[in-house]
Amino acid sequence: MIGKLFRKNCETCGSGLPAGASSRALFSKPHLIALAGNPNTGKSTVFNALTGLRQHTGNWAGKTVARAEGRFTHTGENYRLVDLPGTYSLLSASTDEEIARDFILFGEPDCTVVVVDATALERNLNLVFQVMEITSKIVVCVNLLDEARRKGIDVDLDRLSGELGVPVVGTIAGSGKGLDRLVETIAAVVHGQLTPSPRPPAPPEAASGPVEDLVQRIRALYPDLQNARWIAYRLIEGDYRIRQALLSGELASLHAAESGEAAS
Amino acid sequence: MSESAVGRDQIPASPEATKAAEDLFRHARGLSDVIGGERFRDELVASLFQRAEEVTSMAVQHRKPKAWQRVGNLDRILTHPVLGIPLMALLFAVVFWLTIVGANVPSAFLAGLLMAEGGLSGWCLEYLGVPAPAMLGTSLYEALHMLFAFLHAPGWLSGFLIDGVYLGLAWVVSVMLPPMAIFFPMFTFLEDSGYLPRVAFNLDWLFKRAGAHGKQALSMMMGFGCNAAGIIACRVIDSPRERLIAILTNVFVPCNGRFPTLIAIATIFFGGLVAQTSGFAASLIATGAIVGIVVVGVVITLLVSWALSRTLLRGEPSAFILELPPYRRPNVLRILYTSLIDRTLFVLMRAMVVAAPAGGIIWLMANIDLGGVSLATHVSGFLDPFGHFLGLDGIILLAFIIAIPANEIVMPTVIMLYLSQTRMLELEGAELGGLLADNGWTMLTAICLMLFSLLHNPCGTTIWTTWRETGSARWTLFGALMPLALGIVACAAVATAVRVLSGLPI
Repeated sequence: MIGKLFRKNCETCGSGLPAGASSRALFSKPHLIALAGNPNTGKSTVFNALTGLRQHTGNWAGKTVARAEGRFTHTGENYRLVDLPGTYSLLSASTDEEIARDFILFGEPDCTVVVVDATALERNLNLVFQVMEITSKIVVCVNLLDEARRKGIDVDLDRLSGELGVPVVGTIAGSGKGLDRLVETIAAVVHGQLTPSPRPPAPPEAASGPVEDLVQRIRALYPDLQNARWIAYRLIEGDYRIRQALLSGELASLHAAESGEAAS
Repeated sequence: MSESAVGRDQIPASPEATKAAEDLFRHARGLSDVIGGERFRDELVASLFQRAEEVTSMAVQHRKPKAWQRVGNLDRILTHPVLGIPLMALLFAVVFWLTIVGANVPSAFLAGLLMAEGGLSGWCLEYLGVPAPAMLGTSLYEALHMLFAFLHAPGWLSGFLIDGVYLGLAWVVSVMLPPMAIFFPMFTFLEDSGYLPRVAFNLDWLFKRAGAHGKQALSMMMGFGCNAAGIIACRVIDSPRERLIAILTNVFVPCNGRFPTLIAIATIFFGGLVAQTSGFAASLIATGAIVGIVVVGVVITLLVSWALSRTLLRGEPSAFILELPPYRRPNVLRILYTSLIDRTLFVLMRAMVVAAPAGGIIWLMANIDLGGVSLATHVSGFLDPFGHFLGLDGIILLAFIIAIPANEIVMPTVIMLYLSQTRMLELEGAELGGLLADNGWTMLTAICLMLFSLLHNPCGTTIWTTWRETGSARWTLFGALMPLALGIVACAAVATAVRVLSGLPI
């Protein structure tokens, strides 16, 4: 429905902007939104509905093999939506997971939407937790609510939102239900009107002491790093890519680097 | 990733800073031993699962878990260890049968509209039983000729443009469009309903035995639509070794560009065996021939995968999680859009882009005289001995060469080349068999052509896609020549065996 609305806007002005879009929207950089999720959760359907594009959808896991991009507008502002490959996790080294992880980590999206399957919430939350370790600007989109209802599964969205500490929106992307709510929530997170405070699972008990210590050290060295705990996990595992990103300043600038420069 | 460079000023860190960072890394790495090394990740993952279970138990309630059972029951049959594969073959046979039966009438209609002598009058009489209104008695082909004659266009121009370019297009449209427009919606239905992953599930053990990845069944299925799409779908396979196997063997499933050829041959020759008795029996036999050639393709896929994984691409098959998605009721409008616009029109456009110049080339080859004999005759005469060795003839080989950019135009090219030799201009559906028989076709030719259609170099788009996906000229060349070599061996073996057994000269 949203998609249709936006397409109508496209038709009226021919430039993908609503007729009343301000010049600011025309020239400002679009807000970057990443779309993550397990395979076969209707992620591409959400993407198509929001952007009015016709990225091919199919009912099998792993269908989206390339990263798709589209745009939509909301209240006169431009949004760039990137459909990441569907993954169950961000922990292994498969190409798909690397693409998804690197985009959320280095692409600095203004908001990451994690699409989850309402009929298999438990399995899908795994990815939600991993994404919320990396970024706090996150919206969970519980899709396929109609299928869940048919299977006798009730999802308490408010309760879920409370437990996760992040906004949760229920959708039936196939018929466009809930998508306007989703767009509004994305906009609210982008503009800071809604500040998610994710509650990822606590680290394994045996490790919590040393991990907390490491997190403190990381924060001391990289004060502007948002996801120190996730970085800590990666460093413990010796993740080469993350080390490189820290050394090159790709992830966050070194505190020591700044003071070092001031000294010289 | 390209985004990584955007938005951050990458200031090279000072030596002290780098040292501080490296100290940090060393400390972190050292922690790994303190907190249990490998076990750390397991515990980390376990903590995620545990929390997921907690949250789910609080936020999700199951009302009546009965509905699950229905899907479970369906899967108990469709992925049954014994019944699964026969049911799958039956399902695909139904799809092929509907395509064969359904394509006939619209194909004849398009041929009448676009190029038959007397336009649609023949079609109206045959299928509607009434004479056509006068305005339908002229095909576009005839109308174009009249227009050119009215404009006093020179013979070579109307010949090149109408008998060459236009006829090439008309043949491709009338031969290709109907089967595609029927096959693609059914295929997309199977995809959207969730059946395709079940196919992968059913075939998984076979691929594993062949040393390949179970997901290769998925990319293989996508290959039915288009091999280039199938090769792109191979990206779902993570292991480079298994992915390469899947890419190299994708051409062994006949793509939509080759189906019209297979359908035409199967209908004329195999269906023709019993054409006198009943049309229904004929269509069943034609379906059997198509299913047979597809089974041959799958068997060759497995054999070549097996051979590759024991020679050039040695390694163990990797384990993977295959998610069986729930069966979903597909959205009819979306199926129609995807299958007709994204797939049918896309493939048809591609075929037409190739068919137009090919039609022109065919006309030129048929009309450029060298010593009283046309260029086409020269070339096909040169190819004839080799073609005969393969159970084919020179014209068919020439058609396969002209059709390298797109396999769709093999049959149209064969027909146009034969017609140009007999100086006939066009023919109607039923006469196609007569034309082929006049040119010396036998059941052996039909079998060998179907085999060669299955086993030869992939089309230009597929070769290009292979190169893009593998990034290796060597593997691309291998992927182009290996099927061709197999095809030559298979056709020569069949032709020689049949000739020896029936006492014909080899």
